[in-house]
Amino acid sequence: MNLQIDEQGRLRHFLSIDGLNRQLLTEILDTAESFAGVTEQTVKKVPLLRGKTIVNLFFEASTRTRTTFELAAKRLSADVLNINITQSSAVKGETLLDTLRNLEAMHVDMFVVRHSDSGAAHFIASHVAPHVRVINAGDGRHSHPTQAMLDMFTVRRVKGPDFGRLRVAIVGDILHSRVARSQIHALNLLNTGEVRVVAPATLIPAHAESLGVHVYHDLQAGIEGVDVIIMLRLQRERMQGALLPSEHEYYELFGLTNRKLAHAQPDVTVMHPGPINRGVEMDSEVADGPHSVILEQVTHGIAVRMAVMSLAMSSKKDKPE
Amino acid sequence: MPAPADKPDRIRISGGRVIDPAGGLDAEHDVYIAAGRIAAVGSAPDGFQPDLEIEAGGCIVCPGLIDISARVREPGQEHKATIASESRAAASGGITTLCCPPDTIPVIDTPAVTELIRLRAETTGLTRIVTLGALTRGLAGEQLSEMAALRKAGCIGVSNALQPLANPLILRRAMEYAATFDLTVFLHANDHWLSNRGCAHEGRVATRMGLPGIPEAAETAAVARDLALVQQTGVHAHFCRLTSERAARMVARAQYDGLPVSADVAVPYLYLSEIDISDFNTQCHLIPPLRTVEDRQGLREALRRGTLSAVCSDHQPHEPDAKLGPFPATEPGISGLDTLLPLALQLVHDQVLQLPDLLHRLTRGPAEILGLPGGTLAVGATADICIFDPERTWMLDTTTMRSNGHNTPFMGWEMRGRVIHTLLAGRPVYSLAD
Repeated sequence: MNLQIDEQGRLRHFLSIDGLNRQLLTEILDTAESFAGVTEQTVKKVPLLRGKTIVNLFFEASTRTRTTFELAAKRLSADVLNINITQSSAVKGETLLDTLRNLEAMHVDMFVVRHSDSGAAHFIASHVAPHVRVINAGDGRHSHPTQAMLDMFTVRRVKGPDFGRLRVAIVGDILHSRVARSQIHALNLLNTGEVRVVAPATLIPAHAESLGVHVYHDLQAGIEGVDVIIMLRLQRERMQGALLPSEHEYYELFGLTNRKLAHAQPDVTVMHPGPINRGVEMDSEVADGPHSVILEQVTHGIAVRMAVMSLAMSSKKDKPE
Repeated sequence: MPAPADKPDRIRISGGRVIDPAGGLDAEHDVYIAAGRIAAVGSAPDGFQPDLEIEAGGCIVCPGLIDISARVREPGQEHKATIASESRAAASGGITTLCCPPDTIPVIDTPAVTELIRLRAETTGLTRIVTLGALTRGLAGEQLSEMAALRKAGCIGVSNALQPLANPLILRRAMEYAATFDLTVFLHANDHWLSNRGCAHEGRVATRMGLPGIPEAAETAAVARDLALVQQTGVHAHFCRLTSERAARMVARAQYDGLPVSADVAVPYLYLSEIDISDFNTQCHLIPPLRTVEDRQGLREALRRGTLSAVCSDHQPHEPDAKLGPFPATEPGISGLDTLLPLALQLVHDQVLQLPDLLHRLTRGPAEILGLPGGTLAVGATADICIFDPERTWMLDTTTMRSNGHNTPFMGWEMRGRVIHTLLAGRPVYSLAD
């Protein structure tokens, strides 16, 4: 059984890219394209989700993702509630399921969930009432599908709809990254010509090739001739274990500079899911330079999240009132 | 079957296929029991008049099963299960002896705890429960436990369960000290640092699902170190629940070289693999983790060859909440007493083992590891007996499951092979008709 898709093949929950198909991804991108116009008008609202209640249920800190989800929901005219459940409330002994049941009792229509455990969104989706929808805003190292879709949206806008001619390199901490996993699945579903991952072996997961990527340990070789470079954020705490010796050495070997960028295609597009560690994974001259679309990514995040929310809610024909 | 006497002293089990792997017996025979012991197999002792006759036509009559690892959750976690509840499950599963690891609450590091467990088991009277004592005090991995006292109180071996030791020197000293008292050390081969709080086999599936991985090397590196220390100390060591083909090969090599080491496997690892956690199925969350399909095949092969001389349930009953959560946050383990025999029998249907060889790994094999006299139908042996119909099919569901823990990925499976009677020291403790 695929939790994410209903009997008619429409999006019910949005939990991971894995398990979806190209047609659905394209539908999300096309819908997002139609909403991109809305966000640029003076009246930035459409009444699609008027009267609906959406709860942003964040068990892990987030500013950017939560804010864009909130904006997206508001532009769809939904009522939005932000609930941040820090570890201190978890200590009170309420289980995740209890939290969920309590909120459900308030007649919520959709949960947007972020959690530090892989599989949390799947767990929630498999326990909510049939009419409630769940959108994954990041679970552990597993999946961050709306981030991946806004990245695909950005690539499509800049490079056109034919992913088949593109070579894309994802650089950085693949091992711990839910963003990378979702991007890899999305790029492969959209038939991208080649997907590469670039990092030292300590940051590459076991059997990474099985995800459908080519693995590089050298940045220059890894970005040679690529059309898109996606830099990942390097969490500072990764420096504390034995994963990397120092920020300095990481920057020397894997930090993106204008000089290294010259190995990629002349019209290469540089992306980053944010927030950037300037001087660690990339130089300011790259982040703020002509190849960078980092701020466009943020803007596109709203349209893509509007698309996902409205599609998931519109599959709600079986709603028992 | 005539009406059973209150306490039948003399029993005849007639018409069954008697398989006693320890004695190399496999033939249709009657079994005669008197005063709790096997009086004869084949022809009746002179003047034998049974108080009770058990008709076993179409059934296998074999020694009661010995489960080398089952957690009964008492003392300390009675919300999961109790000695009474799990003894019932054991009896209905044909299990007449089970071995309880020391990670109860409190830990089995004093004679009082092991005596409590034995007393409760005896009061319940449905299965034998033997215990492993803690290798270190509180299982904290630092200070040796009072092994001589634990042995005197009845612990048949020592183990640190799944808890890590502070360093290899402590393991060396613990092995030396255990060897002093001729205690077998039961080892869970897992390098705590390499495991790094993972919850799934580090492989393709964990990579795709973003689950923190436990590499195969966490097991093989520990086996290599432990084998070196066994060589050094001469202690008898038993590797609990091997999960990888490589580790099994390392143990086979050590056995070939004459080291006093044995090993077992738990039933789930012979049927499931990393693939079964693909949809975050928390019922397949096990520690150590389910590994690859090749490992599963390798474990079956090692069981066939006898490198792994016991199959156990690794029974870990849980309350439903323990499995309700995101995969990494759930408690590992499967409730396995109810399914030990039927799932093990599937190995015969899958042509991994002949029935007598399989039954050896469920009876005499574990008895030898635990240093117990049971697991045999030899004349004079305690009459712990399992009588089962190898062809009878039944559905595993909440009504057929006897364990308090319903946490199993096999729920809803059709099982083949069903226990009809279980006798403990010549006393019927379970009959299917009940």
